[in-house]
Amino acid sequence: MRHCRPGTVRDTELLLSTSLRKVSMAIQNDAGKAGGRSGPGLSAFIYDPFYRGLIFQALIALAVIWTGYEIVVNTIANLQRANIASGFGFLGQRAGFDVSQSLIPFTNDSTYGRAFFVGLTNTLLVAALAIFFSTLLGFIVGIARLSPNWLLRKVAMVYVEIFRNIPLLLQLLFWYKAVLALLPQPRQGIELPFNSSLSNRGLIVPRFIPENGFAIVFAVFVAAIVGAVLLARWAKQRQMATGQQFPTIIASLGIIIGLPVLAFLVMGTPMTVEYPELRGFNFVGGVAMKPEFMALLLGLSIYTASFIAEIVRAGIQAVSYGQTEAAAALGIRPGIATRLVVIPQAMRVVIPPLTSQFLNVTKNSSLGVAIGYPDLVAVFSGTVLNQTGQAVEVIMITMLVYLTISLTTSLFMNWFNSRMRLVER
Amino acid sequence: MKTYLTPALAGAAILAAGMSVAGAATLDDVKAKGFLQCGVSTGLAGFSNPDDAGEWTGLDVDYCRAIAAAIFNDPKAVKFSALSAKERFTALQSGEIDVLVRNSTWTMSRDTQLGLAFAGVNYYDGQGFMVKKGLGVASAKELDGASVCVQTGTTTELNLSDYFKANGLTYNPVVFEKLEEVNAAYDAGRCDVYTTDASGLYAIRLTFSNPDEHVVLPEIISKEPLGPVVRQGDGQWFNIVKWTHNALLNAEEAGITQANVEEMKSSENPDVKRLLGLDGGFGESIGLSNDWVVNIVKGVGNYGELFERNVGTTSPLGIARGQNALWTDGGLQYAPPVR
Repeated sequence: MRHCRPGTVRDTELLLSTSLRKVSMAIQNDAGKAGGRSGPGLSAFIYDPFYRGLIFQALIALAVIWTGYEIVVNTIANLQRANIASGFGFLGQRAGFDVSQSLIPFTNDSTYGRAFFVGLTNTLLVAALAIFFSTLLGFIVGIARLSPNWLLRKVAMVYVEIFRNIPLLLQLLFWYKAVLALLPQPRQGIELPFNSSLSNRGLIVPRFIPENGFAIVFAVFVAAIVGAVLLARWAKQRQMATGQQFPTIIASLGIIIGLPVLAFLVMGTPMTVEYPELRGFNFVGGVAMKPEFMALLLGLSIYTASFIAEIVRAGIQAVSYGQTEAAAALGIRPGIATRLVVIPQAMRVVIPPLTSQFLNVTKNSSLGVAIGYPDLVAVFSGTVLNQTGQAVEVIMITMLVYLTISLTTSLFMNWFNSRMRLVER
Repeated sequence: MKTYLTPALAGAAILAAGMSVAGAATLDDVKAKGFLQCGVSTGLAGFSNPDDAGEWTGLDVDYCRAIAAAIFNDPKAVKFSALSAKERFTALQSGEIDVLVRNSTWTMSRDTQLGLAFAGVNYYDGQGFMVKKGLGVASAKELDGASVCVQTGTTTELNLSDYFKANGLTYNPVVFEKLEEVNAAYDAGRCDVYTTDASGLYAIRLTFSNPDEHVVLPEIISKEPLGPVVRQGDGQWFNIVKWTHNALLNAEEAGITQANVEEMKSSENPDVKRLLGLDGGFGESIGLSNDWVVNIVKGVGNYGELFERNVGTTSPLGIARGQNALWTDGGLQYAPPVR
């Protein structure tokens, strides 16, 4: 009984570990019981902490399963009693509505199931881009907050304090109104190079249509990336072995840009450009970046960047100044010291909270519904839910999707975290 | 161990209890709480809109008041829930509201798949388009390539798609959840066209800074019978809502108004006597008092008075009776007799 500590039961993991401890305790009990407590009656069985623990855990597990089962059965029964259609058959029915922005082909003849994927891809698109831009901006601002330049430091501070402390929904509405208010009507749109135009219908740019043979150019592009990675690896090995440096970045850029361009020319420029053209109300042709999308991306990126900036600042400040001094003592230049000594150690502190921010971006993107961005919430648990009336199924699917996206992001970041971990010898 | 067990059992008990949906008669529930919980829009002039003093007004609101008057003899015994198009049916299904009178279109799928029942048509409407005059558009057929602002979760969204497809036109939908968001986006120039029920267009046009700059196009592209909705499975409640609507129409047809309802009690016309509960037990047959129609008309007036006051030519909306005239005047409003 030496190890017996009163534990609170918080989750299954703890329960399991408690039960393991109880097993070990029971073994110890048996060992120490020789000639001690006798009488294998029912009371002994009940008062044995090991069996008692097992019984209650089994009861709780049963209660959880029973509750889940009852919820499902009751929901189905109640829906049927209220004459509300249920089931997932609606996913195969014709949707009958249109969506303004879609990465996959979608018409009003497509199914509700396809509308789901339209919403999903739109959510993923804005989330991925917002993660990219907020990380970029966040790192810049976070480092700027520690700059020796007074003005830069204060500008970064003001940025962080403003955008971190205003609710995101208000910021999104602000950006949307600002975007709409500033931009002119399409007929008075701001002319940009290559027939592009910026108006309150969005940013419209030419569309590139690949022709036969473009697949080869793309294959060359992929091969060039692989080549650049291999080159970088070789250059690092050589530097480790001989100390000789190789201009990896310039060479890689040359390979990644040069080879595809060469292939493009050799294949006889297998691509046409479709220029947008103002006809009637709107632009015909080209690709349009809608104001809803721009406002959401802008709002999400700027908001999240302010949090990331603080995380980065905290991470850098968590690395003791002795490290910088030690690097200087070894004759390492400040830039390289930051890149090779401070940042890798800061990353240990930065990555776990960064993961939370990435998860927040995905979830926060659902606020786009307020400014008319056709994301999963707007298209699927908005329009589809209303047109089919199957709230339970639609909301369940939507929640599952966000859960899946978040768990996937989390898994990836955990993997990344373990790679960036400080390896102690 | 007791500390573990008690919350677990309590939780299970709560879940088990919470899962049985209240299936009691709606009328008893309403009487017990002393007021009617009525679902209305978040603000549509003429139909359901809070006025300067915060009082709800409008045709739909008066329907709520008429039902309250029929039950309680008090048109003020109503609490209103402002609902977006997206929320409305779920609110009714879940029992949050007792009746939904929110310019909702009666369609077959809503009647059959949502567990709801439409109790009548209090306004015959149709979907139209509104554009800025400056665009110089005279017909909806000229709207090829336009950006169209529309509210999500409406029949409007589907009609729009069908209409443009049928006419071989393209368009770009800009979809919002709340009416105010649609209004703001159209006003800010995000869309060329605003589409919703024609009555809604007239009401919304009034809210813009310069209503004369906007024009409603002549095309009406759909049938939009709007009416009150209740849950299925409670025949008595369905009858109360349905016959409140019919009573409003029959009162107008019989010439009973808010002003003359007391005098009409001395009428010798058997139709009027039945309607006002002086002959037969019609009110009791739906669980109300026999003078239910007197209470309704005294409380809010007849259908014609409701219409004129809220959306008709004497109101800011200035909509003509048109299809909403009584059948005796060449309209579609026709109520079965109280007999």
